[in-house]
Amino acid sequence: MPEPLVDAPVDAGIAAVAAGPEEVEVSRSRKLGFLGWFSIIWLVVVVALALLAPILPLPDPNRSFGAITEKPPIQPGHFLGGDGIGRDMLSRVIFGARISLLVGFASVVIGWVVGGSLGLVAGYFKGRIDGVLSTLFNVLLSMPALVLALSLVAVFASSDENTSTSRKLVVLIAALGIVSIPVLGRISRASTLAWSEREFVKAAEVMGAKPLRIIWREVLPNVLPAMMSIALLGMGVVIVAEGALALFGASVQGEPTWGTMIADGRGDLRNYPHIVFIPSAALFFTVLSLNYLGDVVRARFEVRESVL
Amino acid sequence: MALARELGKRFAALALVLFLVTLFTALLLSMIPGDPVDTLVPLSASAEADAQKAELRHELNLDDPLPVRYVAWLGDFVTGDFGDFYRTSGTDPVSDRVSSALPVSLQLMIYSQILALLLAVPLGVITAYRAGTYFDRSANTTAFALLSVPNFVLGLVLAYYVGVFLGWLPPERYVKFSDDPVEHVRHMILPTITLAAAQVGVYMRLLRSDMIQTLQEDFIQMARSKGISDRRVLWRHALRPSSLTLLTVGGLNVGTLIGGALVIELIFSLPGMGREIADAIFNRQYVALQSFVAILAILYVLVNFTVDLLYTVIDPRIRHARATG
Repeated sequence: MPEPLVDAPVDAGIAAVAAGPEEVEVSRSRKLGFLGWFSIIWLVVVVALALLAPILPLPDPNRSFGAITEKPPIQPGHFLGGDGIGRDMLSRVIFGARISLLVGFASVVIGWVVGGSLGLVAGYFKGRIDGVLSTLFNVLLSMPALVLALSLVAVFASSDENTSTSRKLVVLIAALGIVSIPVLGRISRASTLAWSEREFVKAAEVMGAKPLRIIWREVLPNVLPAMMSIALLGMGVVIVAEGALALFGASVQGEPTWGTMIADGRGDLRNYPHIVFIPSAALFFTVLSLNYLGDVVRARFEVRESVL
Repeated sequence: MALARELGKRFAALALVLFLVTLFTALLLSMIPGDPVDTLVPLSASAEADAQKAELRHELNLDDPLPVRYVAWLGDFVTGDFGDFYRTSGTDPVSDRVSSALPVSLQLMIYSQILALLLAVPLGVITAYRAGTYFDRSANTTAFALLSVPNFVLGLVLAYYVGVFLGWLPPERYVKFSDDPVEHVRHMILPTITLAAAQVGVYMRLLRSDMIQTLQEDFIQMARSKGISDRRVLWRHALRPSSLTLLTVGGLNVGTLIGGALVIELIFSLPGMGREIADAIFNRQYVALQSFVAILAILYVLVNFTVDLLYTVIDPRIRHARATG
């Protein structure tokens, strides 16, 4: 496949990175501003709640309470009310964060490690290795990401009614990880191509350093900021993708995730919007925070458009 | 002649990608753990079901080696035989479903693409021209917020507030244009806005940063110094080179667009490919799923290919300069 101008965006969020360095919106100043602090605090709180969920005084997220069935928020003992079959919304949204965040984190780690290292290798060695790896990335990118993830999850996880929750979770993470490999791989490759031409890399080569050492010590540290920024954005994209897959009935079942909560409540949107909008709000603020911090990282390290 | 060689290379790449994509989808069925036939035929343990399974196994060439199976599948696929959707009440051909669902999805994608460009081009041009002003900053912040709203969340919010709470527009269902044009438009407004929202953000930000660069070029200075009005310089001189960037990103964005359309169809109960895929997954109809996936993937590959081809034909210099720069 020919080289497109901009690395194919898996989603809008990633395309935003390619939008260039002149983002006045995220200022170059060292101050984080309101949105920056909000993002950090939000993420810290959500991660802490997710980690601590089992020891917090919350009712079982899968237990039904007849008294709060379809009740809106602020009920005695059930702060966010109940869902369609009387399960505690607060408990579900907190336990849902566990799986949603785990999926986002684990998939991006897979994409980051696999895609990132393939990209480094391709960008550093160039030539035939680059040709093979770039073709691999392009082939993976030649299917719409959601469609690819959907077919992988549908085939590997939905074939048996008794498929366990943990197996589904593994398949889900693997599928979303595979989808993010080419995106991160191409960014790491492009960045490596630019950095490996620099004098200090040439100097290391002349001094006789081995390729792996050069990649590890000279190139990688410079490629990392771009990769960090994309990883934050990518995590948001993957968490949203889990939600989209849930709407197709291709997410984890048996345990709540933000996506499955939205998918379950969708039928009752007309009468009980809180069932859908509580997890939606959690999803939105999380994605907003990840996007904003991703942008801050990019601006801070002045990841240049040419590098992307 | 360089162009001919370039085109040759591109067609070869296209053939390779199409081969790999169809190979992947054709083999989806084989990747299912267990016997695919068991999942396809609705549960029953009668002799009749066994006979149906044996027949199906033969029909899907499941006993043949992989290359034979791929060629047979491809032969059926290109002649419009997309397999069957198996139900307890009988089977119906997937091609019927595709011919009713695909137009709905395409309509949604085209409408939202038009809307997104109508909004994003003027916004991108104006924010580039007025970079750093209050208007620029608020437009950018809005675009940033829009990019952070998951499309299905925006869809649900619009469906509830505009559709149910205010009751201005129908929050679900689909009406054919040929049946009732006015109702068709009314039903498509909310899904179109939902799908266009994130695209506006992407296009606007890209166009803005691209135009800011263009505006610093010498030929713009030249045009200005000749006394051409700012408006004319912006729209006639500066926008033209940036439109190529927009074209490429538009092509690459089709993947997001397809994914978004599938999801938004589910939210607004539109009978498009998204609902067909959800249906196929729910009923574990992997033969149908294979065809749906293959159709969408091929659509995506072809759109990208066309955009790329246009690009080479319109201006090879810019492509080379930017690809290496």
